[in-house]
Amino acid sequence: MYRIVSKERLAHKHTLLTVEAPEVAAKAQAGQFLIVIPKAGGERVPLSICAYDRSKGTVSFAFHEVGKTTKELGTFNEGQELFNVTGPLGNPSEIRKYGRVLCVGGSIMIAPALLQAKALKEAGNEVVTVLACRSEEFLFKKAEAERYSDRVYVASDDGTVGEKGLDFLKDILAKEKFDRCTVIGPVVMMKKVSELTKPFGIPTIVSLTPIMIDGMGMCGVCRVTVGEKMLFGCVDGPEFDGHKTNFDELIKRQRSMLPEERLSSLLWEREHEGGCRCGRR
Amino acid sequence: MEGDEPRRKRNDKALDEDIPMPRQEPEDRVKNFEEVALGYTEEMALAEAARCLKCKNPQCQKGCPVEVPIPQFIDMITQGKYDEGISIIKSKNALPAVCGRVCPQEQQCQKNCIRGKKGDPVNIGRLERFLADWERERGMKRPERPASTGKKVAIVGAGPSGLTAASDLAKLGHEVTLFEALHVAGGVLMYGIPEFRLPKEIVQKEIEYVQSLGVELRLGNLIGRIHTIPELLEQGYDAVYIGSGAGLPQWTGCPGENLGGIYSANEFLIRVNLMKAYNFPESDTPIRIGKHVVVIGGGNVAMDCARISMRLGAKVCLNYRRSRNELPARREEIENAEEEGLICNFLNAPVEFFGDDKGWVKTMRCTNMELGEPDEKGRCSVTPIACSEFDMDTDTVIVAIGQTPNPIIQRTTGGLRTNPRNGTIIVDEDGRTNLPGVFAGGDVATGAATVISAMGAGKRAAKAMHDYLMNGKGAGQ
Repeated sequence: MYRIVSKERLAHKHTLLTVEAPEVAAKAQAGQFLIVIPKAGGERVPLSICAYDRSKGTVSFAFHEVGKTTKELGTFNEGQELFNVTGPLGNPSEIRKYGRVLCVGGSIMIAPALLQAKALKEAGNEVVTVLACRSEEFLFKKAEAERYSDRVYVASDDGTVGEKGLDFLKDILAKEKFDRCTVIGPVVMMKKVSELTKPFGIPTIVSLTPIMIDGMGMCGVCRVTVGEKMLFGCVDGPEFDGHKTNFDELIKRQRSMLPEERLSSLLWEREHEGGCRCGRR
Repeated sequence: MEGDEPRRKRNDKALDEDIPMPRQEPEDRVKNFEEVALGYTEEMALAEAARCLKCKNPQCQKGCPVEVPIPQFIDMITQGKYDEGISIIKSKNALPAVCGRVCPQEQQCQKNCIRGKKGDPVNIGRLERFLADWERERGMKRPERPASTGKKVAIVGAGPSGLTAASDLAKLGHEVTLFEALHVAGGVLMYGIPEFRLPKEIVQKEIEYVQSLGVELRLGNLIGRIHTIPELLEQGYDAVYIGSGAGLPQWTGCPGENLGGIYSANEFLIRVNLMKAYNFPESDTPIRIGKHVVVIGGGNVAMDCARISMRLGAKVCLNYRRSRNELPARREEIENAEEEGLICNFLNAPVEFFGDDKGWVKTMRCTNMELGEPDEKGRCSVTPIACSEFDMDTDTVIVAIGQTPNPIIQRTTGGLRTNPRNGTIIVDEDGRTNLPGVFAGGDVATGAATVISAMGAGKRAAKAMHDYLMNGKGAGQ
């Protein structure tokens, strides 16, 4: 069992848990992920590693409470135990001195993006970080981002905080030289950023989050097309060349179990939150 | 049903026929996930055991990859000494309830049975299952633990091969740690073989037995990531056995294979067997299955996928590129599947998959195939027939054309010799790799094969590892 040592509410339904898992913490690196099973018999959910502390033997992961299992995870508190935390899985990010790096994190994935920014900064890079969120209330960890970055931009879908949308990057990319770009966030955002960097020829690495079950190369549900090749998100990734990734296929594949996910989520809400809460957040 | 009068003297002719296995009727079983084969009653087991000729020079045992003393345990059944019978089996085989259910006995022990020359061979598998079930239902005995040798062994993968190596090494007094990447032990016995062929509760009971031998089980530990093989040796393990199986699915490579509704056999089986998706939404992991399922392949895995699909309410076609004679699945499984309503389409192969606007598979284009000359192994080649393409409507496709070893250990173990063609680890006949103290066996060394052959490899490697641990022999090839 894996004891939760702290729970942090990042934003509405955006939660960060830190758990005791010394062997996992000893090996964890930026870019890798965990498979978390909250309770016996539960789903295996892949979640990116957001922090690790080798001396304390802890790892942290963040999630947006949208589906049944993430909602259930959100009910766990400090001191409680999770059934299983397997990891670290996937290949670590390639961290070395590139020069100037643009580090983009979107939505809940701002949390793991900051781990990448930190590692890139420590490797001697000049780091420019972009925090992208839906609206002001979903912005978190800005101060932390500032600590690990030479400059921080904030962008929101509705313009309530920072820039409206990501198009402002076009000007920045035209004016300034970047040697590398790393993106982690919603697929549409990763697609957008990859399209923006492509004309400037900036090597762009996206961290994909396809559906996974085992997370270790067995099931193949996480398969993605990169270039002409079929690759597995879990063992070949999760990071791939954003200019070669077939995002449209990934979006369709991510939605392949949507009706089932909705059903599961609704049933959970009915049991635990007293019914559908649409319209009364 | 035969066998109502147990010790009835049957004439020679009657003894030519085996005692049939009681099974759920096809029209019932296709609606549930309960076990199909119900097992012999005591009377049936006694009658079947009585068919054993007690040969002076028994051939059956020679066909068993784990060397179960078959005539001896059958003799115990005829004497009604079931306790002794199961002890005899367990001296060689830690997983008798599993093997009694899923071993291809007809190609192994039973193939050699002298009774089989004239009629049905003695049904050794069913008798093994009878004893294992008899013991489990009465509570398994705790085995005695031998004196410790002080040697530490790490086993990677708690599937059939790893469980066998672990139990044999524990019985020899070594301190065994069994690392399993998934959250439950059992490997293919849990994620691959369906409940209706091998109930998961039975698998877990056999694993408890292996643990009772002193084996420490660590779940959720993916070796290669959490610890590498060289790190395990540095941490004080004196030897390592890699039994990580063949878990990486193979694909047809046809365009459109990434459409929704196209599953690898592994994904389909993991969802249904390991994550219990057949209970969705009571269980958390879903499975989406349409009305017209096409399973591509012809092995036991393909049959399992087909039979699960029928239980989930679909009409199922099996598309196999060779003909019925070449089907690699066990006869028994093919018969079971066809009784349940499987339609087999022989001599065709997929060419392309087409989807609807949501990216869900809708049509599958196939080409007819023709058989060529048999190769040196006696397997016929197949080639597409020109201009023979046809379309099939489908909403779910399951690709069951084989698995190769997972690459994680190979990629993270420097210097480990592997076959560049399929990623298998190269070993000698006793499971020695080229690295000192590192052994491997089962599907990771042979490519996808049977449960029992993986167990046999685990057994042979355990002997070689014991020799290495005690005498320092076999330090790398």
